[in-house]
Amino acid sequence: MTSFDPQMLLSGQYHDMLMAGLWMSLQYLAFGLCLSLPLGLLIALCRLSPFKALRALGACYVEVVRSIPLLAHMLFWYFGVPELLPTALKEALYEGPVESICAVLAIGFYTAAYMAEDIRSGIRAVPPVQLEAARAIGLPYLRAMRLVILPQAIRLTVPPLISQTLNLWKGTSIATVIGAAEMMYQAGQVESQSFRSFEAFAFASIAYLGVSLAITGLASWFQHRYPVRTM
Amino acid sequence: MLELIQQYGLYFLIGQYPSGPLGGLALTLILAAMGLLLSLPLGLAFGLMRVSPWGWLRGPVTGFIYLVRGMPLLMVVFWAYFFLPSITGVKTDQFWTMLIALVVFDAAYLAEIVRAGIQGLPRGQMECARSLGLPYLRAMRSVVLPQALRNSLPSLVNQFISTIKETSLGYIIGLTEVSFIANQINTLVFTKPAEVFGALGFTYFVLCFGLSRFAHGMERRLARRGLGSHIAPKVAA
Amino acid sequence: MIELQNVNKWYGDYHALVDVNETIASGEVVVVCGPSGSGKSTLIRTINRLEEIQGGQILLDGRDVHDPRLDVNALRAGIGFVFQQFNLFPHLTVLENCTLAAVQLRKLTASEARERAMALLERVGLAHKAQALPSQLSGGQQQRVAIARALTLKPPVILFDEPTSALDPEMVGEVLLVMRDLAKDGMTMVCVTHEMGFAREVADRVVFMDQGAVLERAAPHEFFNHPQHPRTQKFLADIRSPFEKSAA
Repeated sequence: MTSFDPQMLLSGQYHDMLMAGLWMSLQYLAFGLCLSLPLGLLIALCRLSPFKALRALGACYVEVVRSIPLLAHMLFWYFGVPELLPTALKEALYEGPVESICAVLAIGFYTAAYMAEDIRSGIRAVPPVQLEAARAIGLPYLRAMRLVILPQAIRLTVPPLISQTLNLWKGTSIATVIGAAEMMYQAGQVESQSFRSFEAFAFASIAYLGVSLAITGLASWFQHRYPVRTM
Repeated sequence: MLELIQQYGLYFLIGQYPSGPLGGLALTLILAAMGLLLSLPLGLAFGLMRVSPWGWLRGPVTGFIYLVRGMPLLMVVFWAYFFLPSITGVKTDQFWTMLIALVVFDAAYLAEIVRAGIQGLPRGQMECARSLGLPYLRAMRSVVLPQALRNSLPSLVNQFISTIKETSLGYIIGLTEVSFIANQINTLVFTKPAEVFGALGFTYFVLCFGLSRFAHGMERRLARRGLGSHIAPKVAA
Repeated sequence: MIELQNVNKWYGDYHALVDVNETIASGEVVVVCGPSGSGKSTLIRTINRLEEIQGGQILLDGRDVHDPRLDVNALRAGIGFVFQQFNLFPHLTVLENCTLAAVQLRKLTASEARERAMALLERVGLAHKAQALPSQLSGGQQQRVAIARALTLKPPVILFDEPTSALDPEMVGEVLLVMRDLAKDGMTMVCVTHEMGFAREVADRVVFMDQGAVLERAAPHEFFNHPQHPRTQKFLADIRSPFEKSAA
């Protein structure tokens, strides 16, 4: 094996390729979060709603999406979904960055299912007597939720949500399968062009680890700064 | 849809066998099963090292676990794919590459499940075993682990479900597991991608959802027997 | 048999045990009492090395208990310990709980261990529950099994760390009776407890601790009727029912 050449990573065309990949991955993370968090909240509320149909819908979504690997989701969104769209929409899609769009949609919908479960667990973890007590002093249901239940639920929910964000971050690597130019893809490109597999993957590994550490650090800080207040 | 199943059903299930290597759903299942079987003892060992009272053991193992868990599985697969041949001197084929990557990756996650199971027991159990004169490892084996593993059973089944999903990454290194086969079918058929990949999703769903129901039932049965991660033993009147 | 010489222990800056000196002779029953946080549980746990000490010595039959070269497992097999939380092993039957140590440590064969354990369970009145699981027993029954378990290896001394504090009141008596029978049979016992009735009836000596130090030691009669130290007097007054006080 030829000697390790870190110089290659610090400047030059390969560096640019890898950095472009990193930037793309981070964008997927951001957009993926923007999709999965609200969607997850929506699904969680469906599962907690008093209407059986909504509850069933939410449960189905979660069980189906979680049982299918992210890779299969990606393949379905990229190969399958465009065919199901009306022609005008399909053409508009292919005009834009179709790989990125499909990647973000796949990751977003996939992670939303997991986040929905964590949010639901968080809300349910607040002892039901809290709602009872809030109603007993005269608060209406929604007000009770907003002032008593949700503030407690948020502290319980954020750590698992951050854990899901970690999974989302690692999941962006799967987008390479549909040709999205994120970090894993770029690392592969650098490898095939320069035959420097070690340096390319070392860069990618360090980048993934670095962002993972940052996200984990955020979780620790949150738990330290806003600990769960129990009796 | 029906014609698809008739024409490609067998290919989907077992790949090109017998005129080629085993593939498709059969390969997925074999890979997942072997992955779990091999990663369990490794994960158990790592978990024990992770909670051991000896810092020189605990430190490196913890570091290794954080390293593996901080990376996407795909990264681990690539490392295995590109570097196993140079380490072992043999050109490792895709199945063994994928298997090794899965085993290492899952062991890191299993280690954490084992750790949580052990630390979820009341501290008094280990203390009591030690105060009877049992040495540390014996106490682990006779008192702590039987309880910890029994409590962790639902998590372990969930890990198996994850492993089945993880096998899909074999696609990227050309392993002919079920996702790869689905893609092949799609290239052959070309006009029905939604059906093909829908069928793929459905297959995974049946497999994984079925197993998760099983884990659920097991968790309920455990709770009834008074095990699970409760702290105080149930005291009858 | 047990000698505590200038025992000192710190948790960080907190001085948990302050110059404790005590000698417990073979066959003696010593009760250690005192307010919460007085160090009595800590003290008893240093005797079988569940806690470390930073100063002084603890000798069991002349051997230094905290000597790092000493085989701690052999030491612990020779000391019985009964916990406040019983700590029975929930995945084993009552009988298996008792025989585990003996069989695992190869001290007895499986059948010998079973015989001895059954005899002990008979003694504590639970032979009929030998095949039951701990979750099927009441608290008092579990603690009695814990005592039988501690006795299986025939240790010369047995330590009790608040054995009845986690029990419902109606079950305390059955455990104390077992302990009294042990004392009558000449067992050396060190007992941390709040049960003053037991101390009065069974103990040879009562030791009072507060804030890590031993403040008073006396025979039960002297201790309860003529406490010398003002802190002891306050403690004894406090543990009497407040309703009694107002009547007095």
